[in-house]
Amino acid sequence: MEPALSYAAYAAAIWLFLIGLYGVVKSRHLVNLCLSLTVVQSSTYVLLTIIGYRPGLPAPIFTDGLKPGSAAVDPIVQALMLTDVVVEATVVALLLAITIKVHRDAGTADPDKVDMMRG
Amino acid sequence: MQLAPLPVVVPLAVAAALAIIGKHLHRRIVDSISIATSAAVVIISITLTFQSANGAIVYWFGNWQPLAKSHFPIGICFAIDPIGAGLSSLAALLVLAAFTFSWSYFESVGALYHVLMLVFLAAMCGLALTGDLFNMFVWLEVMTAVGVALCGYKSEQSQSLQGALNFAVVNTIGAFLSLMGVALLYGATGSLNLAEVGRTLAAGHFSQGFVTVALLLVTAGFLVKSATFPFHFWLADAHAVAPTPVCILFSGVMVELGLYAIGRIYWVVFAQSAQPAPQTIRDVFLLMGSLTAVVGALYCFGQRHLKRLLAFSTISHVGIMLIAFSLLNPRALAGMALYLAGHGLIKAALFIGAGILLHRFGSLDEYDLQRSIAKRLAPIGVLMVLGAWGLAGLPPFATFFGEMRIDEIGSQQHLTWLPAITIFAEALTAAAVLRFTARVFFGVGRQGKSMVSAGAPHLHTDAETSGQHSRVPAFMWVPMAALIIGAALIAVPLRGPVETAAKHFESAPLYDAAVLRINAQTAAPRPYDRPFEAHGESEWWIPLLVALATLGAAAASLFPKSPRTAFARPIGAVLSKTVLELRRFQSGRVGDYVAWFAFGIAAYGSLLLLLH
Repeated sequence: MEPALSYAAYAAAIWLFLIGLYGVVKSRHLVNLCLSLTVVQSSTYVLLTIIGYRPGLPAPIFTDGLKPGSAAVDPIVQALMLTDVVVEATVVALLLAITIKVHRDAGTADPDKVDMMRG
Repeated sequence: MQLAPLPVVVPLAVAAALAIIGKHLHRRIVDSISIATSAAVVIISITLTFQSANGAIVYWFGNWQPLAKSHFPIGICFAIDPIGAGLSSLAALLVLAAFTFSWSYFESVGALYHVLMLVFLAAMCGLALTGDLFNMFVWLEVMTAVGVALCGYKSEQSQSLQGALNFAVVNTIGAFLSLMGVALLYGATGSLNLAEVGRTLAAGHFSQGFVTVALLLVTAGFLVKSATFPFHFWLADAHAVAPTPVCILFSGVMVELGLYAIGRIYWVVFAQSAQPAPQTIRDVFLLMGSLTAVVGALYCFGQRHLKRLLAFSTISHVGIMLIAFSLLNPRALAGMALYLAGHGLIKAALFIGAGILLHRFGSLDEYDLQRSIAKRLAPIGVLMVLGAWGLAGLPPFATFFGEMRIDEIGSQQHLTWLPAITIFAEALTAAAVLRFTARVFFGVGRQGKSMVSAGAPHLHTDAETSGQHSRVPAFMWVPMAALIIGAALIAVPLRGPVETAAKHFESAPLYDAAVLRINAQTAAPRPYDRPFEAHGESEWWIPLLVALATLGAAAASLFPKSPRTAFARPIGAVLSKTVLELRRFQSGRVGDYVAWFAFGIAAYGSLLLLLH
């Protein structure tokens, strides 16, 4: 049961990454592009979760029920994920700001219709 | 007092203060504070470089030392060696040059610009000094986020937004792969400390496939940052639109930091376990470096917009540095460090030259500027020619000493074709700068647009400066001249120390001993023999050939109809065809770039897995 769950999680991470990447490549609208990027990002959440997961153990919140020092799910990967969320939220916010500006300047958010430098 | 965290703490603290009170201060006060801060970081970093020459400086944040018995690291550390501290010095120096240049360059600039530049500096220093894998990812992402904001700063055109957008998306996806690699390594080794991860990988029995995939994923983000082929497309778009002082940092040190991180991760984490085999690493990275050097040079020669031309030249030179890394030899690494330092200073000076043109004429286009011949800027032109000389890897610049070492080790490893790549890359990139300078600053060459570069994109450049200034302020030409002179002066005194530093950089046992407080004698011996220790013959004919090829290519492109350049016409025709074909790939569409990214990762991954 447990290996099957972990394989499924790895498969889900890879799937999310690829489908998000496909979305970025085929995107015809900048908002769609930003959202595809967050799909790619969510693959890292799944991967981090499964790496820190310990079957049958509780969440690492050492308050009433759980004594400090007893076994729990690995909290480090959750800290990593939180950092990841913060950093990527910044990047996506920047991208959305750029999207608004592009739309204001060019009147469209289709990356193919914006005046671009080539070559 | 502990200096170790200061290169990061000082600029971050000043940036935070400026973000709050900067609005209420006079512009010159903000300028002065920023210049003083970056100068302080230069001094601190150089002090750290000297101090760490006697052994790595390890600083544990919050004083969370490794456990006494098992040496297991529970905290996050900065592990500072002369190469990391040297890079941090270079970063601070270029930020100082950029701030000095901005003094006269921007007519109006808000404190936000200074805040972003200082955070960028902190991130670069953090990446150069850290000894923690996840910390590396964080600094990489901070560099991306701040870099994107700086790239789109003063954006008045959709083109500059496009540059920032491509930068953000491609780099972020690369960073996701790096994060996945970090996660896999953490899952396998239970640590994020570079030294501990490396030790566990070497001691444990991990499958070759797993380690190879982890290596590919971890380095992916840094390969994108260092603009390796085929992950390089974003760099040219970003450079063409970023404000000049930001270009100085992008080309001079940010891209190189990606290479540094790959080197650091490889030598500390993967080299000890000898998985993937060093031979495989060498072959795959040699291929990456060679492709990057050649493709970058071709694009570079075919540009007419100076910033874009310089951006492609950076890609080409990164290729040469990647070749140096791939040789997996301390002497080649010393060559890479010398090359990196020389290239960083020269490229920064050339971008200041571009900024001076923008400041004076409001354009960076070779053919537009040709008409308003910038003859009174002849002294700047001379500096540009010296810069081209340095890009060609000719004496007395540090790039020369770097390239001699790379070629020497290449010939020792029987890579007889390697000089052809370096000569091609250096000659074409130098000739492109020389051609531009001759045409724009000295009015040499045929008028008209029969050349390959005429078909390159004609970009209108930005509102960062109004153009039409009548003189070049000292705040511009002094840093430019100082950087060029510096690129020559550092070469000789650096040669010896860099060799020692490179040997230490490639020794994981020494690094582990310093970070984890293991006795150096009991540190695990290197499990494979160092393939090439001795020095080889120096290849004196190479610089000579580069010089001739540079002059030949520049002359042939300036006087395409002259009978004296008839010899170059067949070569020119082939080059033009290739450049025209290549240009179609630089489509400006972020979707295409991401597709190239996926292709590149798949291709290099298959090679790494299949080649052992």
